[in-house]
Amino acid sequence: MRKILLALLLAAQTGLVMAQASAPEAALDARVMKIAHELRCLVCQNESIADSTADLAQDLRREIREMFLAGKSEADVRRFLVERYGDFVLYDPPVKRSTWLLWGGPAALLVAALGAFAWQLARRRHPDEADAAPDAATLATARRLLDAKDDSR
Amino acid sequence: MKTRALIPLAVFVALVALLAVGLTLNPREIPSPLIDKPAPAFTLPQLQKEGPLALADMRGQVWLLNVWASWCVACREEHPVLVDFARRGVVPVVGLNYKDKRDEALAWLAAHGDPYATSIVDADGRVGIDYGVYGVPETFLVDANGRIRHKHIGPLTPEAIEREILPRIRELKGA
Repeated sequence: MRKILLALLLAAQTGLVMAQASAPEAALDARVMKIAHELRCLVCQNESIADSTADLAQDLRREIREMFLAGKSEADVRRFLVERYGDFVLYDPPVKRSTWLLWGGPAALLVAALGAFAWQLARRRHPDEADAAPDAATLATARRLLDAKDDSR
Repeated sequence: MKTRALIPLAVFVALVALLAVGLTLNPREIPSPLIDKPAPAFTLPQLQKEGPLALADMRGQVWLLNVWASWCVACREEHPVLVDFARRGVVPVVGLNYKDKRDEALAWLAAHGDPYATSIVDADGRVGIDYGVYGVPETFLVDANGRIRHKHIGPLTPEAIEREILPRIRELKGA
């Protein structure tokens, strides 16, 4: 019982502390973090700008925050970063000539693989004329070989 | 029949070739979207001299902007190459002292030599962001009209100077 009371007390206290951070601030932070999750950190390339603790990622989060405070939109932030670092910062890069292989490559591979598979199936179902009917010379050779085997018995 | 048996081998060879090309690419070298675009404007205080330096002050000459910091280990590797390059007096080299402490930056130049015509101070890294700097050292070649013509990521080597920088400078000065 005491444990439960203590837990309730703690929960209430955390609630109070969280309520102290003003609501607009929290909303702004959430906005910054949301877009930062869609952006790649250039220093440690496997992390987003939201996750990275690199100096540059911190600076960029500050920059994004200030842009939002100045009334800029998410699209403005993306444009700002692409102008400086290129499409590489976007985890969701636009489709254009330099990225068509990136976007279309997997689908093209899938189509090619399905095509090859279908072709194989069709071949199995309708064997080639050549496979089905060996010509006269081949038949003659086969007969000779079979006859020779019979003789040896 | 025999040629069909070679198809898996051909596919394998193509795959190996693709991966081999992939291995020779450096994923840390991200092409800058700023090449052939006007260099981002700046007005920054100078490290050793009085008063600020602006981008417009460099108009009319071909110059190098070299991003450096006293905390940057690779800059130490690059530094003798820059000192040597500056001694040849081909073009002025402006240092962008990136997110550094003033006294440490001055001590660093005193200890290792100062190849810079002047160094400008980017204490909070904002100009660095405008130039798309993500790893120090980086070097930009700017032409007389204030356009960025080339970016070298990572420490400059004597080979990089000979093969990337000098031919472009010659071309820009000739034109």
